[in-house]
Amino acid sequence: MIQLTNAPIDYLALTEAVRSPACGAVVLFLGTVRERTGEQVTVALEYEAYTEMAERKLAQVEAETRQRWPVQAMAVVHRLGHLELAEVSVAVAVSCPHRAEAFAACQYAMNRIKEIVPIWKKEIGPDGTGQWVHPTEQRSEKPV
Amino acid sequence: MRTVTVRLFARLRELAGADQVSVEVPENATIGQLRQRLQMAYPQLPVSMCAVAVDAEFARDEDNLDPSGQIALLPPVSGG
Repeated sequence: MIQLTNAPIDYLALTEAVRSPACGAVVLFLGTVRERTGEQVTVALEYEAYTEMAERKLAQVEAETRQRWPVQAMAVVHRLGHLELAEVSVAVAVSCPHRAEAFAACQYAMNRIKEIVPIWKKEIGPDGTGQWVHPTEQRSEKPV
Repeated sequence: MRTVTVRLFARLRELAGADQVSVEVPENATIGQLRQRLQMAYPQLPVSMCAVAVDAEFARDEDNLDPSGQIALLPPVSGG
């Protein structure tokens, strides 16, 4: 299950939704809004997406993850819009029979989200000005 | 030549002052040619850093451009 939302992410509900009698492990990852990145102070983040493509790419991330690990259930939700410090920007919940594969599946999904899903964040500083984050080491994506 | 519309996001949108721009491309253009035309028409956009998507899927420079598709220029992503 994948979703983009402007509302706070109910990660407890997501975690419950992936529990299964077939699984001995549930891993939940939450990305949260951090105040400091090195010297830089952030007071809020604003997320924007190319919605149609982001939904398609999130579905691709789920499919890739399921190909690689025995995932029983999976939920991926990314928040959009304005987020305050410590709010949850992304949640990935996976259940697998065993913990090693659940950790690996969750980490794989999160890494791919950061590579191929067209979502962008703007960091808002204490003076109210914003700066888009566009990592420059990356030319684009890993297509396919 | 024909005119295509290109959607812009995040910093690109702010640099262009618009959420889409128009650009003329040759008939049977490739994605790479679209990039060149975009960069000439909008020198403020960091086109070489960006990915091109057609109909919500990444396109490669050697691919043929489908001018009837929904074309987007995507800066490096920073979700998560």
